[in-house]
Amino acid sequence: MNELVTRSAAQIARDVNGKRVSAREITAAVLQRVDETDDRLGCYLSRLNELALDCAQRADRRIAAGETLPLAGVPIAIKDNMCLRGTRTTAGSKILENWIAPYTATAVQLILDAGGIPIGKANLDEFAMGSSCENSALGVTRNPYDLSRVPGGSSGGPAAAVASFQAAIGLGSDTGGSIREPGAFCNVVGFKPTYGRVSRYGLIAFASSLDQIGPLTRTVEDAALAYDVMAGHDPSDSTSINRAVEPAANALREDLKGLRIGVVKEFATAKLGPEIDALYKRAYRELADLGADVVDISLPTADYGLATYYLIAPAECSSNLARFDGVRYGLRVEGDDVGQMYERTRAAGFGPEVKRRILIGTYALSSGYYDAYYVKAQKARTMFAQDFRRAFEHCDLIAAPAASSPAFEFNAKSDPYSMYMMDYYTIPMSLAGLPALSVPCGYAGTPQLPMGLQLAAPLFEEAKLLGAAHAYERATEYASKAALAV
Amino acid sequence: MASEKIDVRYVAKLARIALSEEEAVRFGKQLGDLLEHVNVLSELDTASVPATAQVVESRNVERGDDVTPCLDRETVLAMAPQRQGAFFRVPKIIAES
Repeated sequence: MNELVTRSAAQIARDVNGKRVSAREITAAVLQRVDETDDRLGCYLSRLNELALDCAQRADRRIAAGETLPLAGVPIAIKDNMCLRGTRTTAGSKILENWIAPYTATAVQLILDAGGIPIGKANLDEFAMGSSCENSALGVTRNPYDLSRVPGGSSGGPAAAVASFQAAIGLGSDTGGSIREPGAFCNVVGFKPTYGRVSRYGLIAFASSLDQIGPLTRTVEDAALAYDVMAGHDPSDSTSINRAVEPAANALREDLKGLRIGVVKEFATAKLGPEIDALYKRAYRELADLGADVVDISLPTADYGLATYYLIAPAECSSNLARFDGVRYGLRVEGDDVGQMYERTRAAGFGPEVKRRILIGTYALSSGYYDAYYVKAQKARTMFAQDFRRAFEHCDLIAAPAASSPAFEFNAKSDPYSMYMMDYYTIPMSLAGLPALSVPCGYAGTPQLPMGLQLAAPLFEEAKLLGAAHAYERATEYASKAALAV
Repeated sequence: MASEKIDVRYVAKLARIALSEEEAVRFGKQLGDLLEHVNVLSELDTASVPATAQVVESRNVERGDDVTPCLDRETVLAMAPQRQGAFFRVPKIIAES
């Protein structure tokens, strides 16, 4: 493997800005790495070789002209639910299989303006609904540590691409765990900022009150770098937050002295088996060894997260996905009248999981059930926010598992609810809008496969969160202790 | 909370999705199972809890009523499954009497 592809985003940016290597050389090496490995991994749904080389040339020219670019020459994998003008943007769905985006998502534009190089559009569960990438209608992505296993989801493509050196930064989206869980499965850092921190303009909507864009990276430093480029208010997204962003790159720490880290009583890991229980207990001990005061906290509503989420997210999805009707863009299947055209188009265009969620959401919003289901879930959501607010009176950060197991084999979760359970530990933070990330914390199972530690912070405390994760990563360096299968 | 069996055909009609026989049976069962899981929410006492639509501060956003650039007509219509001149073409909506 060419050493150039193994460099972190921060290293690449430093070297390209310092003219020690060109963006063109980095890009050529990464495109070759994708050529050599992606037939086995399937990270990308669309390759962007020509655009990548154009962007590399432009970055080199800007640097030659005296500019400094935060992401100079950094190869980027973009989850294929984010628009990039002139490129196919599918959301992993047959209904958008041939759709060419006519505009660019704000987060993607910020990355490109900063000198990032778009390598390709990466695979995902259809419309970001899933936890294994198996719900993609357009391709199979494999876990780079074990090709017989899933990469996690829904941001499985970007996670696998970053893990396998096909990119240095993956742009993912997280609604209930879709950055953090694939991050854990693929041994990379997966970071979901506070809801509203990064513009959702140009992100194909799943559940608008929960969706948030964030980076997948091989180091916490790179996550901070990407976050600092993307975070901020965007007039094109009225839910994006209009308040100053504290740069996270300046907040990276080497210890955890003076921080209180809460371990959630209701997330007792004993039920996950002795090996995983021991792994998370070790992780909490490692936080204490770094100087943190590790304390017990309680989230009384924790066990109601899945139920709350699987009403709110499908309800919003049923509304958001109403726009796919065969009229203005995407697939159309003809019918005798317009109603039949809608029904046939949506029957042919959506896969089973998307249909299930639209049906659940439609039911939860339908006359007679709205108060019993949807309003009830919105009230439960208030309780989550209150629970976390109370918990953070006793701690600065929360530590928890990122997932209940390492990556599983394909077709292992045939019952929808068993797949939903994969998000048990990540959903509560999503419901409360909190910034949260997953950082590699060791290996479990046979064969030994990566696991992730989840850290969460109060709203807007991304810098503190990334700072602490950096200290943990530097002290443990778990990600480097396993070999890729490719 | 409601506990009756979900009428999946009716819901699919509302959602404008045609279902095969096999899908109606499978989804009907899966949705029933899921509803059983979500019914645990009835254990939460929410009588005095306000509903939250969005957790992070939000206020109404207004802008001036100014003309700004937008996608041009050709770009948009180029994506249409069927077009006729400057219009999206759709099947007949109003029945002949």
